[in-house]
Amino acid sequence: MKIYDMPDREGHFGPYGGTFVSETLIAAIDELKRQYLRFRDDPEFQAEFAYELKHYVGRPSPIYHARRLSESLGGAQIYLKREDLNHTGAHKINNTVGQAMLARRMGKQRVIAETGAGQHGVATATVAARYGMECVVYMGSEDVRRQAQNVYRMKLLGARVVPVESGSKTLKDALNEAMRDWVTHVQDTFYIIGTVAGPHPYPMMVRDFNAVVGRECLVQMPEMAGRQPDVVLACVGGGSNAMGIFHSYIPHESVRLMGVEAGGEGVASGHHAASLVAGTPGVLHGNRTYLLQDANGQIIETHSISAGLDYPGVGPEHAWLKDTGRAEYVAITDDEALNAFHTLCRMEGIIPALESSHALAQAMKMAPTMKRDQILLVNLSGRGDKDMATVAERSGIRL
Amino acid sequence: MSRISATFEKLAQERRKALIPFFTVGDPSLHQCVPTMQAMVAGGADLIELGIPFSDPMADGPTIQRASERALKQGVSLNDVLDAVSRFRQGDVATPVVLMGYANPIERMGREAFAERCAEAGVDGVLVVDYPPDEARALGALLSPRNIDSIFLLSPTSTDERIKEIAAMSTGYIYYVSLRGVTGASNIDVADVARQVARIKSVARVPVGVGFGIRDDATARALSAVADAIVVGSRIVEEIETSSESQAPAAVGALINRFRQAMDADR
Repeated sequence: MKIYDMPDREGHFGPYGGTFVSETLIAAIDELKRQYLRFRDDPEFQAEFAYELKHYVGRPSPIYHARRLSESLGGAQIYLKREDLNHTGAHKINNTVGQAMLARRMGKQRVIAETGAGQHGVATATVAARYGMECVVYMGSEDVRRQAQNVYRMKLLGARVVPVESGSKTLKDALNEAMRDWVTHVQDTFYIIGTVAGPHPYPMMVRDFNAVVGRECLVQMPEMAGRQPDVVLACVGGGSNAMGIFHSYIPHESVRLMGVEAGGEGVASGHHAASLVAGTPGVLHGNRTYLLQDANGQIIETHSISAGLDYPGVGPEHAWLKDTGRAEYVAITDDEALNAFHTLCRMEGIIPALESSHALAQAMKMAPTMKRDQILLVNLSGRGDKDMATVAERSGIRL
Repeated sequence: MSRISATFEKLAQERRKALIPFFTVGDPSLHQCVPTMQAMVAGGADLIELGIPFSDPMADGPTIQRASERALKQGVSLNDVLDAVSRFRQGDVATPVVLMGYANPIERMGREAFAERCAEAGVDGVLVVDYPPDEARALGALLSPRNIDSIFLLSPTSTDERIKEIAAMSTGYIYYVSLRGVTGASNIDVADVARQVARIKSVARVPVGVGFGIRDDATARALSAVADAIVVGSRIVEEIETSSESQAPAAVGALINRFRQAMDADR
């Protein structure tokens, strides 16, 4: 097994990653980096983190063998890593617990976050309530409209939700606005980024906090199936659930890693959010990575049925894994994801998030082409309760 | 000697401070870009900072962000910015022009091609807001043989070590960000800025300008006593925003002239 120890000291994953921010943020980022590196190896911090994951988040999350689904497809066996069973309904809480613990140790009383679908916002509002911290969540006004239930959940948890009216009024603009807040209130504020993007150390730190997912799988798969899977699949927007499940598997070279991006109305249509499949390298939100941009280097608007994948960039570690060939990246359309969503509801009694439905759809595509004793492990990163309105609307139903 | 250094030298001899206005190319329109620059010079500007429009201007406040959005709506690109500088140079070979923007449009054009186009157009300095020192060094290595200065930001939170590192890399001038926040905010503490500028000047080889949040003549006057240059951005963009397209250059020229008179009042 090869040792994998990315990123380097400056946060580079090969040519990707780094710290592309204004001088006004450098001191805050340096401080965050110093503190994180200190607590990353601190046994007391890690013990508390493990305790919180077990008793507050509800870990370990189980792995479930989707037998009926696998049989109906007539090929490889599909296993689901049930991150949807976590407290707050997705993997996002793993990271917000870790960052909130760090914020407390750094003496920051106020946390801010950006959110797209609202899952990261809810997970941040949750830990802020848990630790008694002030919480402000930035959310594109378009997403505020699309995700009214999650907005209300955040308010119930005591957070203030600030609608962002600039740019495309979605996740990337919420991130810009959160950065501006951080620059202005850097002394008392901790910025909890929700994905494996942003300036170093965020891509590494968010990955580390989510890496518990893959670590559990390494132990659970042999227990359940007698061996590791042939393929591990996860959806990729920014890419935190995918890095979480991929990370421990990177040195296991016989395991294929497959990231599934949002193909929207089809990559050829131009209406999608598949930055790795169809984008080019550039600099956005503090790191160098694959981006969806025009010929002049302006970031273009993305489309996906799932707000959580609707992002024009992607974590820099995924860019590196793509270039090195260690992971493969494909795109699944809105329609394919919806089909997978409905199939899992009816065949297994599990309502998946639309984001996770993308990874599931890719597994459903591959399974029939594979042998019955082969294994596909899908990270079911979230539950679909938040997507009721979106799915109903697509079916012509008003709730 | 670069056009920027020559300008600061001349100002020092006259015991005057530089007035550096900023606006975004394409705001209100590409057509008004050169007339706006000319009006700035006529109003008393010593150097002009031109913003390169970008879809995600993370370090800017809402005012300059809106300027970027107005420019992008008209399809203004980095190529258009460089073309505007070329046109300005046909009538003005004395006033230095600095481009300020974010990394991605430059990387998309390619650093080498960008450096070459800057030289052809008559650009005198480049400030890439989100470049870390290593990346800036790589770009600087392409700019300096073409006699183009690398301008850097320093902020109230910059450490001594960082100030030394940036000061060693800076040519032309250093741009000190006068407050904790984004462009256009309004909470400047003049005494604090004076202390910080003195701290930077103790290690810098180049003049130090102050900007971010300078909104009125009184602040400009007070700060010109402690810094070598005053940068005014959001306040100008607001003037453009509230003027009609045809009147924007004249309105901006008049505004610059008020700042100029305030800054020269104590000479």
